Amino acid sequence: MGRYVARRLLQMIPVFIGATLLIFLMVNVMGDPIAGLCGDRQCDPATAAQLRKEFGLDKPVVQQYLTYMGNVFTGDFGTAFNGQPVTELMASAFPVTIRLTVVAILFEIVIGITLGVVTGLRRGRPIDTSVLLVTLVVISVPTFVTGLLLQLLLGVEWGWIKPSVSTDATFGELIVPGLVLASVSLAYVTRLTRTSIAENKRSDYVRTAIAKGLPRRRVITKHLLRNSLIPVVTFIGTDIGALMGGAIVTERIFNIHGVGYQLYQGILRQNTQTVVGFVTVLVLVFLVANLLVDLLYAVLDPRIRYA
Amino acid sequence: MRRATHAKWAACAAAAALAATACGGEDSGGGSDTGAVLSSSWGDPQNPLEPANTNEVQGGKVLDMIFRGLKRYDPETGEANDMLAEKIETTDSQNFTITIKDGWTFSNGEKVTAKSFVDAWNYGASLKNNQKNAYFFGYIEGYDKTHPEDGSKQSADTLSGLKVVDDKTFTVKLSQKFSTFPDTLGYPAFAPLPQAFFDDHDAWLSKPVGNGPYSIDSYTKGSQMSLRAWDAYPGTDKAQNGGVDLKVYTDNNTAYTDLMAGNLDLVDDVPASQLKNVKADLGDRYLNTPAGIIQTLAFPFYDKNWNKPGMEKVRTGLSRAIDRDQITDTIFQKTRTPATDWTSPVLGEDGGFKEGLCGDACEYDAAEAKKLIEEGGGLPGGQVKITYNADTGSHKQWVDAVCNSINNALGNDRACVGNPVGTFADFRSQITDLKMSGPFRAGWQMDYPLIQNFLQPLYYTNASSNDGKWSNKEFDKLVDQANAETDTAKAVGLFQDAEEVVRDNMAAIPLWYQNGSAGFSERLSDVKLNPFSVPVYNEIKVS
Repeated sequence: MGRYVARRLLQMIPVFIGATLLIFLMVNVMGDPIAGLCGDRQCDPATAAQLRKEFGLDKPVVQQYLTYMGNVFTGDFGTAFNGQPVTELMASAFPVTIRLTVVAILFEIVIGITLGVVTGLRRGRPIDTSVLLVTLVVISVPTFVTGLLLQLLLGVEWGWIKPSVSTDATFGELIVPGLVLASVSLAYVTRLTRTSIAENKRSDYVRTAIAKGLPRRRVITKHLLRNSLIPVVTFIGTDIGALMGGAIVTERIFNIHGVGYQLYQGILRQNTQTVVGFVTVLVLVFLVANLLVDLLYAVLDPRIRYA
Repeated sequence: MRRATHAKWAACAAAAALAATACGGEDSGGGSDTGAVLSSSWGDPQNPLEPANTNEVQGGKVLDMIFRGLKRYDPETGEANDMLAEKIETTDSQNFTITIKDGWTFSNGEKVTAKSFVDAWNYGASLKNNQKNAYFFGYIEGYDKTHPEDGSKQSADTLSGLKVVDDKTFTVKLSQKFSTFPDTLGYPAFAPLPQAFFDDHDAWLSKPVGNGPYSIDSYTKGSQMSLRAWDAYPGTDKAQNGGVDLKVYTDNNTAYTDLMAGNLDLVDDVPASQLKNVKADLGDRYLNTPAGIIQTLAFPFYDKNWNKPGMEKVRTGLSRAIDRDQITDTIFQKTRTPATDWTSPVLGEDGGFKEGLCGDACEYDAAEAKKLIEEGGGLPGGQVKITYNADTGSHKQWVDAVCNSINNALGNDRACVGNPVGTFADFRSQITDLKMSGPFRAGWQMDYPLIQNFLQPLYYTNASSNDGKWSNKEFDKLVDQANAETDTAKAVGLFQDAEEVVRDNMAAIPLWYQNGSAGFSERLSDVKLNPFSVPVYNEIKVS
């Protein structure tokens, strides 16, 4: 187990370097960011040159990357164009997005898995068919449609919620945005769980457990569910990273000042430091989430532990 | 104060989850309440908030609330009136003596003196401070020493043209004659700065201190700024409300939705997608008033194809092939007005706006357009590509419409195509690197309501925003004459003569004047937009 973890950690290094280098190059080919800082007019050349020097943009890209990575290891992610350190932006954005992601993941786990188990056990019954139909609709409708619709109905027409989330972005305010963000993944979790449960229901070990006379509840939670959760855990694990990075649409609709907002601003203003900084952290989140998934496998299925 | 707000938000959030509740603000029934606070939509300023470093509307909005300069532009007429200036005297349009009024202080108690201005201007002009509006001080003598054009080391930290005479007086010496110079002094870059700005710059940036009707109560970068009326404000334009909470919105659609839900009081940028229903939604709580912004199509005169003899006919022909009325009606829902000159209606007739100066050249006539283009030798390469940035401002829609109009007029499906560029920064860097191969989008928002500002920076040889590198001796001569002319009416006339040179050469195709738009809640009254399309916050009454 220890060697397995160590190997997984070592694998993360090239992925980390490759991903950040790619992002760095991609942001850099978009042209000179200083040109966009002066609005619809030309920056005067002397000031532009001075700014370029300050942000290190006058050096070759490779050198910029090396300096940047050097700084990152000391915790310095550079400065955004409005003069704020990127770490400060992160400190304000990540807690908000993490809260949003937690709400979304909770929805996925609680509603998704419950619905999956219920439908998996009652395959072919009316409830199964109707849930399948609903999930199909949810999957096929884009997030921004669901988001805008809920915002309009709950926020403007019925006045149950505020259409936008305040600066503090408390858990209460994030319930509806979290549901919107989770919606598509939630449908997938339901379907994955359902298929997995339905398949394993007929397996030998479940039959044995029933034959031993174990109570139905114990059969389902200890034997059936535990084995059926492996694909679901994989999905939810990778989804953590996807939700954090992919929240741009939801965050825009509900005016949430999280990672998606900062990334969007960074890309629009072509602020290399902001974009690379946030993506670097997101890559780390992805990697750690994947590592956790792999470790969870070992918990769920002891056979994997020794492989 | 801040704690209390937190608690309120939390309480509202909890309540909102249960039932419909009104968490808006303190409702006090009819009548105006000078203590009531209104909320307004805002965008995250792009640059640090310093007077000489702020060149976009969002930061400018705040500066307009917390600073007052020597002059102030009348919110309605755009006229430059004395604010802190007691008098500005000159005998030769080059040497100015400025006397400031007594009794003005910054909101931290510091007195506003002649030194507050001189220090601020020196700071703004100095290259080492990276101020993006430094060029505003370019007319003052000694600018080339504090801000060497080639970016080499500056040989002076202060402008030799600025001298403090006493607490109330200072003198300005310009490097050339510039008769309308006093009228430029209402621009935020010329605001005075307190000593606190220089003593602890970081602290000042996190909570700017000025001398305007509002002071900043709290500022959370990227989310919200709370401004409160400053009780001891000595000016005549005291705030008529208790304060303004500027809330950052990631998307103006969300701000509009919040206004509809009663969660926000003022939106100063109605999203394009809502223009169709805004009248029905808001009635007379929707404002659509002219602003000092003109959209044009500029040409790359550094490209031989666009600069050879006869091309002025092709350019005029293109102008005549654009059906401005139809595009402003259908695409912009009348939030733009077809342009008939190269300035803006906000200048007024006395200020130099002349309706119809463009004449026939701006009128749609397909047959004439086709004829002109043929006479001029046809489109270079048989096709024009209009370059624009596709990331903001929904430019794609109107560029496509303009191309459509040109194609229809010329009876050729391939005569005009749009050429999108991914980001604004890339679009700007391609322009700066002289990489344009055909007409490109150009927008000009005035810095101050002067005809000079619509012509000189854009069309004077090698001027700061002459993106197309157009150059014309006659135009330059007329502008020089106008700047040297002390009689304002005569100066305006000379500028209009220069504008006619622009017309005859069709140096840029004027498209339309842009309006400012705003929507507000039932709590507010006396809302209006100034010529810069920014709400006049201090006059808004809250009931």
